[in-house]
Amino acid sequence: MKILTEHINTPGIETFEVYRKKGGYTAVEKAIKTMSPEAVVEEVKKSGVRGRGGAGFPMGMKWSFLAKPEGVPRYLVCNADESEPGTFKDHYLMKNLPHLLIEGMIISSYALGANKSFIYVRGELMYVIRILEKAIEEAKAAGFLGKNILGSGYDLELVVHPGGGAYICGEETALLESLEGKRGNPRNKPPFPAVKGLYQCPTVVNNVESIATTSWIINNGGEAYATYGIGKSTGTKLISASGHINNPGVYEINLGLSCDEFLNSDEYCGGVRKGHTLKAVVAGGSSVPIVPGHLFLKTANGEDRLMSYESLSDGGFATGTMLGSGGFIVFDETACIVRNTWNFARFYEHESCGQCSPCREGTGWMQKVLNRIEHGKGSMHDIDLLVDISKKIEGNTICPLGDAAAWPVASAIRHFRDEFEWHIKHPIEATKPGAVYMKESVLA
Amino acid sequence: MENTAPQLFKVTIDGVEVEVPPGTTILQAARKIGPEVAPPAMCYYEPLKGSGGKCRACLVRVSAGSAKDPRPMPKLVASCITPIQDGMVVENFTNPQVVDARKSVVEFLLINHPLDCPVCDQAGECHLQDFSYEHGVGTTRYEEDRRTFEKEDIGPYIQLHMTRCILCYRCVYTADQITDKRVHGVMNRGDHAEISTYIGQAIDNDFSGNVIDVCPVGALTDKTYRFKNRVWFSKPVDAHCECEKCSGKVQLWYRGDEVIRVTARKNEWGEVNDFICNTCRFERKQTSQWTIEGPTKVSRASVISANKYSKNLVTKPDFALKLAESQYKKIDDDRPYLHEMSDIQQSEDYKALMAKDEKYFGHK
Repeated sequence: MKILTEHINTPGIETFEVYRKKGGYTAVEKAIKTMSPEAVVEEVKKSGVRGRGGAGFPMGMKWSFLAKPEGVPRYLVCNADESEPGTFKDHYLMKNLPHLLIEGMIISSYALGANKSFIYVRGELMYVIRILEKAIEEAKAAGFLGKNILGSGYDLELVVHPGGGAYICGEETALLESLEGKRGNPRNKPPFPAVKGLYQCPTVVNNVESIATTSWIINNGGEAYATYGIGKSTGTKLISASGHINNPGVYEINLGLSCDEFLNSDEYCGGVRKGHTLKAVVAGGSSVPIVPGHLFLKTANGEDRLMSYESLSDGGFATGTMLGSGGFIVFDETACIVRNTWNFARFYEHESCGQCSPCREGTGWMQKVLNRIEHGKGSMHDIDLLVDISKKIEGNTICPLGDAAAWPVASAIRHFRDEFEWHIKHPIEATKPGAVYMKESVLA
Repeated sequence: MENTAPQLFKVTIDGVEVEVPPGTTILQAARKIGPEVAPPAMCYYEPLKGSGGKCRACLVRVSAGSAKDPRPMPKLVASCITPIQDGMVVENFTNPQVVDARKSVVEFLLINHPLDCPVCDQAGECHLQDFSYEHGVGTTRYEEDRRTFEKEDIGPYIQLHMTRCILCYRCVYTADQITDKRVHGVMNRGDHAEISTYIGQAIDNDFSGNVIDVCPVGALTDKTYRFKNRVWFSKPVDAHCECEKCSGKVQLWYRGDEVIRVTARKNEWGEVNDFICNTCRFERKQTSQWTIEGPTKVSRASVISANKYSKNLVTKPDFALKLAESQYKKIDDDRPYLHEMSDIQQSEDYKALMAKDEKYFGHK
């Protein structure tokens, strides 16, 4: 079932005329003309759609937490600062279907009573910002944005704001700081954005994909949306698949699709590239724990793993992972886990905002130790040191970046400790170009 | 039952109960009890709005969120920014996880901080020195190169040595809130973040000197005092003057008859409440310019108090006394006093005790 990407291959879908012809903006008409804001929130609640940015928090619930004091403006901010290594679904959605996001923004803003809403786009995506701005102009010309939308008396202004190019600005409170024109440091919570967000006013921050689902939900009803997916993971999810697979790209899947089918069927990833075997999978963007291939396909109990929030996290951090933001990276046996872990650690060192000490110092420390191991200068106690540092960072920081930096390192050591040990014991072999440790038991 | 005023919340920190008004943070409540239970704070600075939450030195475990919802909080929380709830139970020094987390914060703060206290001007009044002595371990596991910077003169009076900085942001808040034109902030991110002025500008403001006092380490130092004297060889004296710009309440630091330094007065927690102007700090260095109030009452957090590092660190007698006192009040004196073993064995208390752990007491 394609909910978001149904018309993605229609030529000219990025223009208002074609999008409108394909049934676009009917949800805005329906919501604003026939529904009260509360009814829209209720419909989204019924759909059970969960935040697609990574945390998976139910969107309707988040909306209902929004404080509504008298005389204070409320804001909706769309988090389009997608910078997680491995995740590129929002980029794909925005560049191909800008009007789907605009339509979702209008519906969501109407539901929350926001008269000014922001789309905070990753600064590197300048051309996407231009596409969105053009789409906003078109929607405004057609009367779907601006003053008195469709004669209902509801006003909405939509602002596209380019980010400065920092991963940390994808954290919701850092995003708000950045949007206010300050340094993008995450805020201390509480107060949460739903109480004091942008300019100290109640604010909801939602991911692009979450907001884009609202138009389908309004057109077809929340209950219809909830019939897709499995259990509490309702609906569909965009997965951006990359790595050693035959068909990298963005796929819209029904949540609950089996991992085996997603990885191996020709409709999706098309299997690991020819002549190679599956080694490891990062299922939801660089922040989630890496798992060996056999634990990705089957849970520790031997059940088939499904692409859903619950099934992927089955087994906790010992044997499970997370759906995260849908950045699906596949490694075959030619990939070096130590090198990859170092690469991720380098990313987090570079992107830590430097505000709280465990993350600022810990990410740099982990990167340096991993660098040493990768370059054949490690020692055995470095492995335990890494585990210890990751434990000391996890949970002790202001924002989840600390956790995101700690999990990939901890999980890589948990599942691929022998590979780290091989790097340390055989520094000369390990530092040869293209050298990779191979062991049958870790291959699926 | 005694009637408590409805506007006060009851919190238990390390077994000691205290009543504080709503909106108080855990750290402030703990400070109200006393230094024995107060978590250390490297970045939090009460007079500066918005400070805190960064260093993570004050992490505590909340074992019961409130009387209404007694679930524990899932993570350790920064006590300096977490407001208390009625009936909250907080574990600080009594929780091994907290002690461990604090140890790791010391380790993290020290990996990029030079361990050359003997040549640092702040030695003796350095919060990081105290913090690592009280909560850290004696060794380091860090083998890599440390982050280093060139020394930088920011204005005629202040020297910045970023190598020693722990990025507590206190000076940024001070520059923001005490002075009117801020040219001073944090550049870059992560472990390469640095405090700097806007493209090497000098800080030119009448209250700029206060950044020296708020700096917990030796990153911002007084150029008129640098390397003139070790702090423990000087004698602090409280003094004041009629100043048109500030409160004029200062501490004069004497070496012999000479005033070698003027600073603002710090309270028990090393915090300045009355910020002073640069004229008082850098230019009034004659005894004749001041009205002397008398020797400064030396607080716990000063190296001037003799043998600071050798006593009271492990036993914490005041804390034990307060705990005993609070527990003592709970003893019910109405119950009869039993002499005979047979009477004791028939008492409800004894039965309850036995039911609790028969094996331990070796009875059937």
